[in-house]
Amino acid sequence: MFGASVTSNDAGLSVPDWPTSFGYLVKVPHLVGGVRFEWSHRMVAGSLVILTLAIAAWTFFVERRSWLRKLALAALGTVVAQAILGGMTVLYLQPPAVSTAHAAVAQTFFCIAVCIAIFTGRKWVEEVPQVEHDTRRPSLFTLTLLSIFVLYVQLILGGMFRHRGMSWWPHVVHAALVAFVLTWTAIRALSVFSKIEAVRKPAIMMLSLLITQLCLGFAAFLTRVAWGKDSVQPELPMVVSTVAHVAVGALLLATTVVLAIQVWRHVPVAFAERVPGTERTPQIA
Amino acid sequence: MKNSRLAFLLLLALAGLLLLAACNKKENTEQSTSPSAAPAPAATPIDPATVGSLSGTVKYDGTAPKPAKIDMSQDPACKGANENEALIVDKGDLANVFVYVKDGVGNRTFDVPKDPVVLDQQGCRYHPHVLGVMAGQTVQIKNDDPTTHNIHPTPKDNREWNESQPPQAAPLEKNFAREEIMLPVKCNQHPWMKMYINVVKSPFYAVTDKDGKYEIKGLPPGDYTIAFVHEKLPEQDQKVTIAPKEAKTVDQTFKAGGAS
Repeated sequence: MFGASVTSNDAGLSVPDWPTSFGYLVKVPHLVGGVRFEWSHRMVAGSLVILTLAIAAWTFFVERRSWLRKLALAALGTVVAQAILGGMTVLYLQPPAVSTAHAAVAQTFFCIAVCIAIFTGRKWVEEVPQVEHDTRRPSLFTLTLLSIFVLYVQLILGGMFRHRGMSWWPHVVHAALVAFVLTWTAIRALSVFSKIEAVRKPAIMMLSLLITQLCLGFAAFLTRVAWGKDSVQPELPMVVSTVAHVAVGALLLATTVVLAIQVWRHVPVAFAERVPGTERTPQIA
Repeated sequence: MKNSRLAFLLLLALAGLLLLAACNKKENTEQSTSPSAAPAPAATPIDPATVGSLSGTVKYDGTAPKPAKIDMSQDPACKGANENEALIVDKGDLANVFVYVKDGVGNRTFDVPKDPVVLDQQGCRYHPHVLGVMAGQTVQIKNDDPTTHNIHPTPKDNREWNESQPPQAAPLEKNFAREEIMLPVKCNQHPWMKMYINVVKSPFYAVTDKDGKYEIKGLPPGDYTIAFVHEKLPEQDQKVTIAPKEAKTVDQTFKAGGAS
């Protein structure tokens, strides 16, 4: 949200140097105008790096699941990459591709953090998964992966538009595809596997967030593109609607990732294995 | 197995999309950072006894919208006039129109003036709002405000830069190597601060004042295309012929919402 408020207030380059801010690492500058947003964003980002480092170290020494230790390291790598992309955004004067990558990696980090929270939660560790095999095609798991993919494409298209690398229409047109794929995924999850709470809850949340996100996207389009294209400065309605649109977009992506994880755990794909010389028999993955 | 193949393909497509975006920017960057040409040749002599001049008034035909108020409350140091300068019309006279000889000087070359043009930041606004300068001429940027500004030109054909300038700091001295009309300059600390620099190869340019008036002196006799450029309105061109020692008047009218 801090990052979104920087872009929405057109304050991305109000502090021209990096990693220092006006020559200092932590000295508080005169917090006026765009500097308020950019400097706060940098401080929050710095704190996030320290917290992620602590989580990675803690996980490395305490956690017994090696894949989770690797995931914590991936979180650290992602946040470091994110910081580097942030620096490149400043030093190379906001190239759209770099700024968009900065936005996309931020949401990737958020998803990894949510995954770590889930995997270390009591419920995940202690519950016995309620398993129901999925024989439909495409499988629900495939649909969740497809949902994540279209959301990432949407994230890139939105980022390119926000950073003036592309027109608004690819993002708006692609929103229809996102709505279709996510609705399909949610309906499949709710109509076939609604008995499984771990699948039902994120599916309902995904659908709710999708509707909210479409409304916020419409509001952002009206305030920024339709009404605000000639505005002399960023106005409150356009800032609020776009920051909310980015924040709910991140929640939607994270919820879809959670749904994919829960589907992977609770609704494994049944597949037919072809064995030469024998009849095709459905097998369970 | 199917899922991992699908995931691989999806990743590949995402990478392709990002690569496409990167390539798109690279083209733009290459265009804006290509090295400048060889040193400028000596100026072509102009006979001062034959030169003429061009002057006139630029009008706005229609009712101009009331300038929007700027909210400067995010920096207490910003005081003074707080109206948008994008369209300044007074009794039909249009200010801040850049008028220049777009075509007709042929292969003539001109000396770059040694004196800088001054761009001042005062009251959290740029003075002037529209500026003309010759390619290679120094632009001296001053900060007369008790607050820090950052100066950030966003050109298409020149090098982009972004520098901070605290109160009472020494003036920045910059120049632009290539011709570029309506090159936007902004301050990211004060997002309402915008102005335009016009970089041209000849000294034959002017900016209309608040009465819509302009004057271009020292034009050699010849046929020219004169361009009238405004930041919000479509460019208007006129063909004129200047006879020896002629003082020609060329007026121009911009119609509200479009053509002249």
